[in-house]
Amino acid sequence: VIWNFKEAIGFSARPVLLTAPAAAFAVMVLFFAAAPLFIYPVFLMQVLCFALFACAFNLLLGYVGLLSFGHAAFFGIAGYVCGHAAKVWGLTPELAIIVGSLAAIGLGIVIGALAIRRQGIYFAMITLAFAQMVYFYCVQARFTHGEDGIQGIPRGHLFGIVDLGHMTAIYVVVLAIFLAGFLLIYRIIHSPFGQVLKAIRENEARAVSLGYAVDRYKLIAFVLSAGLSGLAGAVDTLVFQLAALTNVHWTMSGEVVLMTLVGGLGTVFGPVVGAMIVVVMQQYLAELGSWVLVAQGAVFVVCVLAFRRGVVGELGHRLHTPL
Amino acid sequence: MGAFCAWLLLTKRGIGYFPALIIAPVAIAAFGMLIERTMLRRLYQLDHLYGLLLTFGLALIIQGIFQNAYGSSGQPYQIPPVLVGVTNLGFMYLPVYRGWVVVVSAILCFGTWFAIERTRLGSTLRAATENPGLVQAFGINVPRIVTLTYGFGVGLAALAGVMAAPIYQVSPLMGADLIIVVFAVVVIGGMGSIMGSILTGFALGVIEGLTKVFYPEASNTVIFIIMAIVLLLKPTGMFGKAR
Repeated sequence: VIWNFKEAIGFSARPVLLTAPAAAFAVMVLFFAAAPLFIYPVFLMQVLCFALFACAFNLLLGYVGLLSFGHAAFFGIAGYVCGHAAKVWGLTPELAIIVGSLAAIGLGIVIGALAIRRQGIYFAMITLAFAQMVYFYCVQARFTHGEDGIQGIPRGHLFGIVDLGHMTAIYVVVLAIFLAGFLLIYRIIHSPFGQVLKAIRENEARAVSLGYAVDRYKLIAFVLSAGLSGLAGAVDTLVFQLAALTNVHWTMSGEVVLMTLVGGLGTVFGPVVGAMIVVVMQQYLAELGSWVLVAQGAVFVVCVLAFRRGVVGELGHRLHTPL
Repeated sequence: MGAFCAWLLLTKRGIGYFPALIIAPVAIAAFGMLIERTMLRRLYQLDHLYGLLLTFGLALIIQGIFQNAYGSSGQPYQIPPVLVGVTNLGFMYLPVYRGWVVVVSAILCFGTWFAIERTRLGSTLRAATENPGLVQAFGINVPRIVTLTYGFGVGLAALAGVMAAPIYQVSPLMGADLIIVVFAVVVIGGMGSIMGSILTGFALGVIEGLTKVFYPEASNTVIFIIMAIVLLLKPTGMFGKAR
């Protein structure tokens, strides 16, 4: 297939301003730009990292219909590699983030190639099993420091110039990376490639009969999702200056599913809202210890039984516009 | 939950191992059927993934409640006095309790396989999975069969939990750690094949045990490596039928 480049990236001359998604995007940017004046910036950066992670996950579940229960592996391994690169190899933050994301992409190619051989629940089980294998590796490998994790990772100077030790500097960088990732995902979803992904989600057999190499599309989507999850994980590591086992554990995979589900499956803005809700919930319930698990489980059950569209999905349904 | 139920029965009511072996699975199976009737049933017309998410949420709730009530550390469960000790098999020493577990699980596995593959009830069940509408048209109550099957599966899992209680410690996390290995077993063995699951389960247990002896670092990961190889060579699983 020879693609027209403009067509391939979904470029078109129609006016994009003044549509509902554009308005929602403007609200989101304004919120995150103004919020650090009122809310503790580290908390916001955590929201941003998880939001990017959830968006990347949603690319796979919401638009290809593949439920991965092992996305923590990509988030976590990128964090470890990024932390190692920044601390031991002394790389600058932007290079450390790139190296971390590349590690996630590599892992995504391997796990994705194996997992897409099965569908539905099996796909979820296989991704979970491989993620668990990555977890065991991280417990035992030398460079991850096992239970301690990699601590005291330097944030360093961006491009060797900007000191990310300053709260404003790192916040701007995290926000910029999040917005770039978000726009990339938006672009992917609304490209012809994204249309094929949705076709596969709706009716895989038909997509095959129309001559699409479905496995290749699935693998590309999987690797994109893994790489963006890795980007989120690497940034998270630099923000907290810590790469730890919790980021690789299967509970993290469960959390990202929850964020996407609460916000709205297959909506562009849903994962961002979901990430915010889940992180806020964890903050306020943190002192209650293991009741957090109960609360998360209850939210899962309620969402699945009664609220399958999620917050943003429900909103979009009311307003008759996909958000 | 099976293991916890047995532990609760022992410590709170003084009910021993052998009655618990019956009571716990029945109680948990009833609980499972209740869940199926009230919640899972609403999701059948949707994607299977919602069922998975719902049960995952329920598992989180249950784990959280147990963790709150009894802490995350393991609770010891004594081996019943009859089964304490070791027998000499000539070439190795086998703890009696582990021998008992092997025998019981072998009987149960064979019984399950026999019930599904060789009895009338089993053939009805297989027909109901294949084509629920047609089976219902023959006047068979398919939803009830599904509920009972679900209960039976849950009961078996609870029974395994009771039997595992004296070997592992009883902790809220024991199920979560095991389920991932169970997934790998199902993927390797192939779904819809009881014999496949049984053979794979035993074979993987042996392989994991052997790896523990010769190369302990890999004992956690060996099952997943085998799973990767099987997926590469035969994506439907060792004993699975193509679909």
